[in-house]
Amino acid sequence: MKLVYFAWVRERIGLTEETVDLPATVTTAGDLVRWLAGRGDNYAHAFEAPDAIRVAVDHEHVDQESPVRDAREVALFPPMTGG
Amino acid sequence: MPASIAVRVQAEDFDVGAEIEALHRGRSDVGAVVSFVGLCRDEGGALAALELEHYPGMAEAEIGRVAAEAAARWPDVTAITAIHRHGRIAPGGRIVLVVTASPHRTAAFQAAEFLMDFLKTRAPFWKKEHRTDGTSGDWVAAKGADDEKAGRW
Repeated sequence: MKLVYFAWVRERIGLTEETVDLPATVTTAGDLVRWLAGRGDNYAHAFEAPDAIRVAVDHEHVDQESPVRDAREVALFPPMTGG
Repeated sequence: MPASIAVRVQAEDFDVGAEIEALHRGRSDVGAVVSFVGLCRDEGGALAALELEHYPGMAEAEIGRVAAEAAARWPDVTAITAIHRHGRIAPGGRIVLVVTASPHRTAAFQAAEFLMDFLKTRAPFWKKEHRTDGTSGDWVAAKGADDEKAGRW
């Protein structure tokens, strides 16, 4: 699965995107955030406040309970500040 | 007839007058055109520029979804244009444009405000500050007040 990161999530992890193999325990967007947070200090820093993380699956916003396993691309980013 | 919707995400500046003109040129059923332009402030002289990051593909799609919802809520709206810039923008520079057209002003005003409220909370853009003292500043924090504005619709 392709993951893409934006703004301070991208800066803290140090990657714009990566491809990962999800463990079977990860089914929802919330599971994904918790799993990523355990992948190292940089990820722990990026995801230290899980409630502040927004998730999009294939270019659409989803909530933490939404499934992610069938996604082509999942994006993780902070609350948006456009406009 | 459904509203015609135009969404653009671009680094280049836009021509506000031309975008307004395009929503009523050659037609006599449009009685109102409302436009909103969002600009980069200098924050009392402290800000050198904003760097706007965006999610290519989703940015266009999400603004399009918000515009389609506005068109559905205000069926009298004849046309919507939404343009959002990305990249480095200096104080005084234009960041975002929303233009709505309708036979009467109420639908155009309301649709424009709805679009801006949801564009701020749903369109995947993030602003980073570059400061006049040469430091790269912080990411702009999302405001709870923006969520409240979007929540009232």
